[in-house]
Amino acid sequence: MIAYLGRRLIQSALILLGVSLITFALLYLLPADPVRQIAGRSATPQTVENIRQQLGLDQPFIVQYWHYLTRLVSGDLGRSYIQRSEVTELIVSRLPASQLLMLGAILCELLIGLTMGLVAAVKRGTATDQTLMVASFVGVSAPQFVVGLLLLYVFAVRLGWFPIGGYGTWRHLVLPSLTMGILGAGWYARMMRSSMIDVLRQDYMRTARAKGLARGAILFRHALPNAILPVIAMIGIDIGIFMGGIVVVESVFGWPGIGQLAWQAIQRVDIPIIMGVTLVSAFAIVLGNLLADIIAPFIDPRIKLR
Amino acid sequence: MKKFLASTVAASALALMLGMTSVRAEDTIDPNAKQGGAITITYKDDVATLDPAIGYDWQNWSMIKSLFDGLMDYEPGTTNLKPDLAESYEISPDGKTFTFKLRHGVKFHNGREMTADDVKYSLDRVTNPKTQSPGAGFFGSIKGYDDVAAGKAETLSGVTVVDPYTVKFELTRPDATFLHVMAINFSHIVPKEEVEKYGADFGKHPVGTGAFKLAEWTLGQRIVFERNADYWHKGLPHLDKITFEIGQEPIVALLRLQKGEIDVPGDGIPPAKFQEVMADPEQKARVVEGGQLHTGYITMNTTMAPFDNVKVRQAVNMALNKARIIQIINGRAVPANQPLPPSMPGYDKEYKGYPYDVAKAKALLAEAGHPDGFETQLFVMNTDPNPRIAQAIQQDLAAIGIKASIQSLAQANVIAAGGDKAGAPMIWSGGMAWIADFPDPSNFYGPILGCAGAVPGGWNWSWYCNKDLDAKAAEADSIVDPAKAGERDKMWSAIYEKVMEDAPWAPVFNEQRFTMKSARMGGADNLYVDPVHIPINYDNVYVKDVQ
Repeated sequence: MIAYLGRRLIQSALILLGVSLITFALLYLLPADPVRQIAGRSATPQTVENIRQQLGLDQPFIVQYWHYLTRLVSGDLGRSYIQRSEVTELIVSRLPASQLLMLGAILCELLIGLTMGLVAAVKRGTATDQTLMVASFVGVSAPQFVVGLLLLYVFAVRLGWFPIGGYGTWRHLVLPSLTMGILGAGWYARMMRSSMIDVLRQDYMRTARAKGLARGAILFRHALPNAILPVIAMIGIDIGIFMGGIVVVESVFGWPGIGQLAWQAIQRVDIPIIMGVTLVSAFAIVLGNLLADIIAPFIDPRIKLR
Repeated sequence: MKKFLASTVAASALALMLGMTSVRAEDTIDPNAKQGGAITITYKDDVATLDPAIGYDWQNWSMIKSLFDGLMDYEPGTTNLKPDLAESYEISPDGKTFTFKLRHGVKFHNGREMTADDVKYSLDRVTNPKTQSPGAGFFGSIKGYDDVAAGKAETLSGVTVVDPYTVKFELTRPDATFLHVMAINFSHIVPKEEVEKYGADFGKHPVGTGAFKLAEWTLGQRIVFERNADYWHKGLPHLDKITFEIGQEPIVALLRLQKGEIDVPGDGIPPAKFQEVMADPEQKARVVEGGQLHTGYITMNTTMAPFDNVKVRQAVNMALNKARIIQIINGRAVPANQPLPPSMPGYDKEYKGYPYDVAKAKALLAEAGHPDGFETQLFVMNTDPNPRIAQAIQQDLAAIGIKASIQSLAQANVIAAGGDKAGAPMIWSGGMAWIADFPDPSNFYGPILGCAGAVPGGWNWSWYCNKDLDAKAAEADSIVDPAKAGERDKMWSAIYEKVMEDAPWAPVFNEQRFTMKSARMGGADNLYVDPVHIPINYDNVYVKDVQ
């Protein structure tokens, strides 16, 4: 276990290093000149060169990357080109909002997805099953931008149940969580259904039924705990999907998280922020996967960590 | 007292003879304006720095104007210059020395009085390369600028503190735009002790002399401005509080405005909703339309065949159906026939420009030796609506036989192609150029039509360089006497007419501004389409529903 953990940690560090190198190189190759962006159109060539020197952008790629890495080790992600604030400060101030949204989304996708999967499995082959599976398919394929705007229009504008975007209370959280959760709910419904069907086929289920246990008891006490565990173990992997989703969902709902920060930075070619958010996201994904892998054997003893 | 009066009168008489001194007339304050109340404004993007030496986008531009002041400003809702932190100014007859008398008792938000030392410090700071100010180049005419820009000096030798309330600027050449330069944000006055206290984070902790002070800044969520009770301009501002909510899509902002939750959607009316809003009389009544210091144009590279032939460039000017192109952007513009926009001094109302005349355009092409047209490339920035505008231009050109292929690229790539002499035969300027930095006709010449801009990495994408016109421009800009502004504007009109004869551009349209506001907002319409304050003039607007 310890050896496994050590190996995985080294692997994770290497992945992050790779991500940083690739992102840095891609941003370096970008034809947009960040200095011209900062200097604006009225700058004289002299101003442009001055700024280039100040930022060290006149150095060769390897030197720039090395400077970035050495500062990164001490937790310094540099300063935003456009906002001129510390990237660390910008990300830290926005992380709690993104974490809250992710929690909300996980809650939504589990509640909706697991319920749908459970019902579909029990009603297997019926019209209910088919309807739910089509619905899950729609949930998986619907673009989040559209889902978000639709939910906003119906529940916030028309019905007025929730605020139209923003951040602050639990009512602000519902619609964005739902938008993010619907995608995952579709996957979870499908996984839950097959996992449940798998469990219901097991010998011990037949035994339980033969003992004359009530249908509810069989489902909730014997089948559900066994079916649900492998599904829940997927949450760690979800983080990767969420990291993509928050960019869109946070923009639609005006949610002040790191997704919104990333989207703005991409539009304005604010390279230090793009780098920072990419690294933080990569870190979250690597961590999520690592946790999923570590938890797996506890849930399913057939899995061994090697 | 009597003596004082006499000397003032004498000074005024002398000044009148020279015609070179201006004393500030106090602004008239809207008698209907009510005091108090709070408004909410939304934006999609985070607000970048509020440091006046650095902020240079249309979003923070107006916010900075409310937190800080400069020696000069504009009368609200207009392009008319007036002294601001300066009480009066005096220009030497050779136009190379500007002396400003500062008003007494102006306090920074930290309580300290502003003096001439602060003016000098602010100018030294903005020109110092370490500040990385995008606006440093505006101060190029001040003596000693080159040494500061090159890092050889820490202070501008041309800026002298005469006494605590007098500051003198010496220039290397007469510069008629200098008063405008004293009104742009980059020359706004900052207190040294606060800049030194916060260092690179001064932009997050702005302290100025402005009508509002920063009360709260929650990153990514909101910025709150609070009325500066000690504001030197008595009676202003009218509002107690302005809350800027950040991170709201324009479409969401519009919905919230319709529900009465916000007062101004800072990013404007989303294009997709524009017609719907304008079709509803109740909503349309709350939209204020105004001009913008903007021109959208097509550049033709005058050093590249076949655009090195003036007849070809004139033919392109005649081939464009501008009314149809404007339809593509829902009519949010007016057709342009000259480089200057209509709200800019120097715009010639009488000038007719090139007519839309396909037959004549074809004839000109034939005269130029291209009876069957030719193939070329039209570069365009790849965000909507620019590619659609480019397609309309493409169709118009096809009608006279010019087959233009569209190169739709990211902004930076188009700018790079334009700044390369062999880069782009034609460019549609949309999304990149040109909105004036200050309301002066010269601002549409130097960087985009003058020889100085026709250099690698420059913004003169036509590579048009007419030495005669450059000389005329320099002559016009040496007329620094504000009393002769009319004469100077006429000279500029003539320069732009000559430009149009040579036709390095085909001007297409001038974008209009449409600001939507809540029903409770009051104040003259021109405060909502103020040429220098976007979206609105925060200091002068008010709300009607306060006691």
